[in-house]
Amino acid sequence: MSESSPALQVDGLWKIFGQRADKVIGTPDALLSRADLKAKNGCVTAVKDVSFDVAPGEVFVVMGLSGSGKSTLVRCLTRLIEPTAGQITIDGEDVTKASESQLRELRRHKVSMVFQHFGLLPHRQVIDNVAYGLEVRGVKKAQRRQQAGDLVDLVGLTGYDESYPDQLSGGMQQRVGLARALANDPAILLFDEPFSALDPLIRRDMQNEVVRLQAELKKTMVFVTHDLQEALKLGDRILIMRDGEIVQIGRPAEVVARPVDDYVRDFVSDVPRSHVLTLEYVMRAPTPEDSREGPVMSMDTIVRQAAQAALASAHPVQVVSDGKLVGIVDDDAILRVVVAEESVPTAPTKQAV
Amino acid sequence: MTSAPTTEPGLTTSPPQTPGEAPGRVAPRPRRVVPLWGWLVAVVVIWWVASRIGDGRAVLYLPGQETTDFQDRFTDLKADLIAGRDTNVLMQVVGAVSDAFNGVVEQLQGLVSTPDLPRPVPQIGWLGVLGIAGWVSLAIAGWRHALGTMASLAAVGLLGYWVDGMDTLIITFFSVAVSLALGLPLAVWMGTSRRVNAVVTPVLDVLQTFPAFVYLAPMALFFSLGPAIAVAVTVLYALPPVVRISAHALRSVSETTIEATTSLGQTGWQRLIKVQLPMARPSIIVGVNQTMMAALSISVIAGFVNGPGLGKPVLRALTAGSNQVGVAFIAGASIVFIAIMLDRVTTAASERSELVARGGGGNRRTHRIVLAVAGAAALVSVYVSRTYFSFAEFPDTEVGPKVAEAVQSATDWTTSHFSGLTTGVQETVTTVFINPLQDLVAGSPWFVTGLALIVLSQLLAGWRGALSSLACLTGIYVTDLWYDAMVTLTSVLVATLFVMVVAVVLGVWMARRRLVDRLLRPLLDAAQVMPSFVYLIPVLALFGPGRFTAIVAAFIYAVPVATKLVADGVRQVSETTVEAATAAGSTPWQLITKVQLPMARGNLVLAANQGLLFVLAMVVIGGLVGGGALGYDSVLGFSRGEFFGKGVSAGIAIVLLGIMVDRVARGAAERDRSAPGLLARLRTRTPAHHLS
Ligand SMILES: Nc1ncnc2c1ncn2[C@@H]1O[C@H](COP(=O)(O)OP(=O)(O)OP(=O)(O)O)[C@@H](O)[C@H]1O
Ligand SMILES: [Mg+2]
Repeated sequence: MSESSPALQVDGLWKIFGQRADKVIGTPDALLSRADLKAKNGCVTAVKDVSFDVAPGEVFVVMGLSGSGKSTLVRCLTRLIEPTAGQITIDGEDVTKASESQLRELRRHKVSMVFQHFGLLPHRQVIDNVAYGLEVRGVKKAQRRQQAGDLVDLVGLTGYDESYPDQLSGGMQQRVGLARALANDPAILLFDEPFSALDPLIRRDMQNEVVRLQAELKKTMVFVTHDLQEALKLGDRILIMRDGEIVQIGRPAEVVARPVDDYVRDFVSDVPRSHVLTLEYVMRAPTPEDSREGPVMSMDTIVRQAAQAALASAHPVQVVSDGKLVGIVDDDAILRVVVAEESVPTAPTKQAV
Repeated sequence: MTSAPTTEPGLTTSPPQTPGEAPGRVAPRPRRVVPLWGWLVAVVVIWWVASRIGDGRAVLYLPGQETTDFQDRFTDLKADLIAGRDTNVLMQVVGAVSDAFNGVVEQLQGLVSTPDLPRPVPQIGWLGVLGIAGWVSLAIAGWRHALGTMASLAAVGLLGYWVDGMDTLIITFFSVAVSLALGLPLAVWMGTSRRVNAVVTPVLDVLQTFPAFVYLAPMALFFSLGPAIAVAVTVLYALPPVVRISAHALRSVSETTIEATTSLGQTGWQRLIKVQLPMARPSIIVGVNQTMMAALSISVIAGFVNGPGLGKPVLRALTAGSNQVGVAFIAGASIVFIAIMLDRVTTAASERSELVARGGGGNRRTHRIVLAVAGAAALVSVYVSRTYFSFAEFPDTEVGPKVAEAVQSATDWTTSHFSGLTTGVQETVTTVFINPLQDLVAGSPWFVTGLALIVLSQLLAGWRGALSSLACLTGIYVTDLWYDAMVTLTSVLVATLFVMVVAVVLGVWMARRRLVDRLLRPLLDAAQVMPSFVYLIPVLALFGPGRFTAIVAAFIYAVPVATKLVADGVRQVSETTVEAATAAGSTPWQLITKVQLPMARGNLVLAANQGLLFVLAMVVIGGLVGGGALGYDSVLGFSRGEFFGKGVSAGIAIVLLGIMVDRVARGAAERDRSAPGLLARLRTRTPAHHLS
């Protein structure tokens, strides 16, 4: 991974709801489980000592069961919820120390958010909803309408500029939400389960939309979801939370291939492995006897994509990384993943980054 | 999380079973050994026995023309305040406010109602007023309502009450303007600050349990009689609805929307102006409508304190006795015309403004042209009304007197032909219900009644209910009007009993038959728009002055609100439950008594609560038509200076009665834990139909 400075850096972030929550941090109480703390003094630990970095242009997915603290975490990033402790750095600026007006500047220019229930203004036309961020920062009407109009087109709502939100379907409303977030031209986009209120087909459309926009605009994204398919489809990396704590952070294939505990294993148990696992996780160490005639593939080729070529050839696949042979994948290793949906066949040959 | 409590014993069709209790569930409360009604009956029996023993002693009766030291203190206080008018800071402030109010009212009167000297007529005559009112209605509500408005105003003029009608409108509009100027900022403050909301809400709660009538006395302590006090009282009474509804609307703007817009970097001010206020606007307009109807209703009552307007002729006719029923009728009809006009126009305006805000409402260009043309016509009408005398002063017509005469003779005919029936009804109800109850409540020694009421409160509403009853009864004792208060309480209880019986019957009927609902609901809605005053008139015509008339008027006044609550409660019972009960083979009667009514109990208690408060408000006004007791004491306080203190004391006693009744009913509702949220919703008195 290239070593540019992270777009977003979170360090030791805590959020405890309840009175006198700040008194809890640093005491042994903070280490109590969520239920115990709640029983003891009524406070709820929604986010517990969370740290991570997000690289520029990365799509960083946050996952977890309901109540695990995802929404709280993502809201803390721009202090829509005030964190109890910890540090958040965006673009070199310490968000936790920002004044009210600095915070507004941050929200107006650098970070925007898309919400599960859209949060549109029912009394405004689509175009004025999209332009709202520009309006609050004082952009002139003609200019902001023009800019907003471009975004309405970008998210595929051409012709709906003058509709009101309740005249649109859920999917279209969320496109408005997306356009509104994009209107500020932020470097970072936050999504809190943006598509979970939509039906499956529309959801897939919207996911594709995000993929397209990401390819086009190269934004940094923090994307909360509880839909693993969605996480795997969009995420460069996935953070899995439980009861406010990080359970695992890793690339999709890694999470599926090597869940750190039963919670994660449960989470990923339904995933069609062949769609996610890369050759890295199914290969074995090469031996001198191995044939060198088989197809050559890179380590992060997904198994399903490799399957046809691999099975067509009489020889095992040679897996290379940086031009060097790092492993061999036999037909039955592929079949085990594709047909039997078995988990990782052999012990890992190399620790993932 | 605590698990939901199980149903109250006695509500379920089968008695609650204990064996096989699921682990972790709260065990149902043990059945009382003696059921609640058993206790109630026991208390009443003991009460009755004690009252027999007491035999009319220690009932604290105070003859109508006597006052006590406590009461005289208010009379003296008023004298002192008036004497200190030039030195006392408070009185100076009040004086300044009073002058300002009087000044504005006078200006407005000069504009549309009374001669603006040296002109022999107001600046704008009736034709001009019709033109302007029509134009405004056209602009905000559409041409149909413009016609309605002009017709209503013309009708008022034809009945002979043009000037009084204008005065009523002046007081109403001016008071609404003041209410909004005070109320909207307060609502915004409440809507944005949790703490302010927590402080102001209970105050509004209490203010809204007061019958309109009791605002008069304390105000009369500071203001002298006339327009200013009418405005002050009206403002005070009309303020709560708009504050409460607007604050609630501001607070209930979707959390997500606020969060989403905040995430775009808006300031607090931008949030208020661009998000909260626009989103709350429809509800705020409903609040304005309610405030306007409340203002109209009490501006009429302000006739008591010499407030200008239609209240005065109604009052005069009502007190003049049964040969003036015709006159009271046409004055009352004028009020009704104005009430309907204001309600229709503001309701239509709010609907229309929604449409227009959404880019609908027809072609804007056409609309503008129509408005311009109509505006020109209105200006012409103003010009004409300033130029020709007969378009300035509403011509005397025979319509008013003729209608009055017709109504009078119809009334006379009815009373002479049906006097058997009406007296029969009156006597039956009096001997069967009113007298025995009054013997019990007012005729027992005061400590017996007091104790009985406190125990009953405890049984119905728990210790908090008992405590507030204790406090209220103590207060009533202090006012030295115990006997009168108990007589009033009797009337309230009897009227409420009938209200509930009728409300349950009609409500169940409405809930079970769509057609009945469709027919009755508009009637009930319209009935709720009427100022309480007008209900007295027909009842007075039928039954003549007396306690019974006050009770019947109160009954009629309270039935609509209670009926709608019952109907809504029964309707809310889930389809599935009804289906399940029907599938289990229930007869319709079993369905009603064992499923629908018990499940609607929360709403029934609410209906009783609202019924009690409406009845109390009206019973008190009934003092005017011989209702006696506290109502009479209040009226006396306004009409005769030396009884001022007694009137104020009566006002206090009424308030205490109201609080007591409200607390007990509310305590019972909360214990019922079926629909606590509803209570807050209902604290908006006048046309509740906008809320449902
Ligand atoms: N304002 C609040 N006050 C008190 N506790 C809260 C508050 N907001 C959230 N919580 C608690 O914090 C925990 C985390 O909530 P959060 O909404 O972040 O979860 P989530 O992972 O987003 O869940 P979901 O998938 O249901 O959206 C929950 O236990 C919740 O009850
Ligand atoms: Mg969430």
